[in-house]
Amino acid sequence: MSIVNNFDLYAPRLVDQEEYFVHGHRACQGCAEALAVRLMCKGLGKDTVVVNATGCMEVVSSFYPTTAWTLPWLHVAFPNAASSASGVEAALKVLRRKGKIADRRVKTVAIGGDGGTFDIGIQALSGAMERGHDLLYVCFDNEAYMNTGIQRSGATPFGASTTTHPAGDKSSGKTAWKKNLAEIMVAHNVSYVATACPSYPIDFITKVKKARKVEGPAFIHCLAVCPTGWRCPSDAAIKLGRLASETGVFPLYEVVDGKYRMTVQHDTLRPIQDYLKSQGRFRHLTPDVIETIQARVIQEYNKLQDKINCLHAWSDLKE
Amino acid sequence: MAEKKWPETWQEVSPGNMVFEPGNAASYHTGSWRALRPVFTKTKCIKCGVCYIYCPEGCIYQNDEGFFEADLDYCKGCGICAAECWPGAIEMIEEG
Amino acid sequence: MAKRVGMEIAIAAAEAVALCRPDVIAAYPITPNTHIPEHLSDIVADGRLDAEFVCVESEHSALSACIGASAAGARAFTATSSQGLLYMDEVMPIASSMRLPVVMAIGNRALSGPINIWNDHSDIMSQRDMGWISLFAAYGQEVIDMCVQAFKIAEDLDVMLPVNVNLDGFQLTHVVEPMLFPTQKEIDKFLPERKPYAAVHPDTTVSMGTLGMPDIFTESMKAKDEALKNSKKTILKVWKEWEEQFGRHYQPIIEHRTDGAEVLIMTMGSMSETAETAVDEMRKKGMPVGLLKLVLWRPFPYDDLRKAVKGARSLVVTDRAVSFGSCGPVGAEVRSALYDEPDAPAIVNEIIGLGGRDVTVEDFIAMGEKGLKAEKGKREEEYHIYGVRGS
Repeated sequence: MSIVNNFDLYAPRLVDQEEYFVHGHRACQGCAEALAVRLMCKGLGKDTVVVNATGCMEVVSSFYPTTAWTLPWLHVAFPNAASSASGVEAALKVLRRKGKIADRRVKTVAIGGDGGTFDIGIQALSGAMERGHDLLYVCFDNEAYMNTGIQRSGATPFGASTTTHPAGDKSSGKTAWKKNLAEIMVAHNVSYVATACPSYPIDFITKVKKARKVEGPAFIHCLAVCPTGWRCPSDAAIKLGRLASETGVFPLYEVVDGKYRMTVQHDTLRPIQDYLKSQGRFRHLTPDVIETIQARVIQEYNKLQDKINCLHAWSDLKE
Repeated sequence: MAEKKWPETWQEVSPGNMVFEPGNAASYHTGSWRALRPVFTKTKCIKCGVCYIYCPEGCIYQNDEGFFEADLDYCKGCGICAAECWPGAIEMIEEG
Repeated sequence: MAKRVGMEIAIAAAEAVALCRPDVIAAYPITPNTHIPEHLSDIVADGRLDAEFVCVESEHSALSACIGASAAGARAFTATSSQGLLYMDEVMPIASSMRLPVVMAIGNRALSGPINIWNDHSDIMSQRDMGWISLFAAYGQEVIDMCVQAFKIAEDLDVMLPVNVNLDGFQLTHVVEPMLFPTQKEIDKFLPERKPYAAVHPDTTVSMGTLGMPDIFTESMKAKDEALKNSKKTILKVWKEWEEQFGRHYQPIIEHRTDGAEVLIMTMGSMSETAETAVDEMRKKGMPVGLLKLVLWRPFPYDDLRKAVKGARSLVVTDRAVSFGSCGPVGAEVRSALYDEPDAPAIVNEIIGLGGRDVTVEDFIAMGEKGLKAEKGKREEEYHIYGVRGS
């Protein structure tokens, strides 16, 4: 794909110059999750309330008496970003209706890591999405409980070594496949679901803007490369995020009203080995395990393509 | 930003540990973490802004001439800007 | 003018809360308090209350949603019991640390193991350290009054702490009692609109729920502790205002027939009514027994307790929970409060009414007799589970 064809790369200066997640935060060097949060805020703008689950981003941004946030921000606990945000959303709705706050739309956005979203937070997320709050939930997925030291989560990929499911003489890392949270959200009838990655910043910001417009639940699953936990050099996060898309491990798509669309296309998929080889968390993998992973990645990608080709928008299926 | 007394007494602690100064994390200079530092070569820079977009700190800014450079008070030296810069206008050198 | 209405107390609690014009109600059903959120949702559905009723999917989410709503500047309410209270336990200390004036009604019910839906105080006793203001109602009238008072106390800028109003499950929640209901106009006069100290909104940008390192945590806890202790001033002030407007008196410990009492019995919650009848009986028999009804549990009313027991020879503290392997919670705190008092009474700690076990007038008379026999310095046991078969 030629550089000139890719408009994305010429667009950085069209992005909102305002910083809502300012420097001085304590994220590791090269943290793509911090980058993703920074970019997300540029898509949201100032009329936003952010509700943050406990995790890396919450910890690095809110050392009392400082805050890296210039947006109003609330942190309560680990499993309840979605339920606390439900309360914020309900409050903003009723206070606006009663004339107690300004009469303009302020968007509630809940953010959480894969820990606070896939695992301990999934109940609150499910409830919030089912109830239909005007709420955008963005999951920043670095594929393990990174803040507490790289423990395995439901989002950890097959074969990855984590501190609670490490590679060893009798173990080849995680033996279960990554949960497909975007699908779970589609199954909740969420009208806008997308996957994203800060390695494709304009795609991500566009998705955030689209999701913000939805007057109801919306969900974005954002892959966030973690050099510390994935055991790769601190300058590799963008490259790895790109490889995740190029190998089909983390395809970038959106589901609007049930209609699937790939937003970042690749003519052919690169071999999975290109993605796995520079990450220390996969370095123990033997060729047969890599083959298993490759087969599954292709299968999941094909499943997605099947949905893109065959499924209709829900509104088209009324007859 | 006003210099705040630290550490606070219990009477001075903000109720609920609320922080009312948006973005005052900027008082902490993460630049002290660096082992490598980015050097920007103006003659190669095409002012595309990719380094600005990809910086996790958001500390790369456009100077008066339109060229990009990193605010060394905050740059952690991760090297993403150098890795992503298309014309290779950024080089990471050891912090001397 | 207030009208006297016969109503199920849980329903009345809901009506009282509705009069307070809450903005957000987030609650999950659990016996025996379910009627409170159910009736509130009826009131909202009928358009009598303009509020957002959030049907959360768990109690943890109920309190989390209330915290979120309160952080956004809304007046928030929830209700629960027992296991539900335990499920929201994780966020209980967060509500108080964040200084958010959430109000919660607790239909006190036994904690599980074995599962038991009937009344005792083990649920609220597990929350002693959570930093909430805690009030105990003995009658339906007190339930209504306290639900309204709770909002005023909580939202006072000198307090800014969550409040729980405790009403015994079934023994209060499901009992029909004639109660005087204030009018909406009277409540609006008593309870103004909430003026939050801070709110997460772009017009009042703030970061709430920040991280406290060791170098500031002790100070943060001291600030929280002082806030809770200091709230007593506001509680008394609000009770005084209540009495001025509605004529009903409240104090941290309400005394019944304590003049010349040698033995005092202490109760909390609905048992107080049975104990009152028992004390009247005992007085008829010439037993010098009086009753102390503990109303304010947190902040603990040290001064009122020490004053109330002066002159008594013994104090029978009834608990409706056990801190296994240690004590009856109220008994232990009372003993500790009176430890250094010269001429402190002998303390007898009776654990009664666990899991809905009925406690009769005769039982209280037996406890009164035990109190008469108690001697200072002769502690036979730390605490005694009253009426257990097999002892």
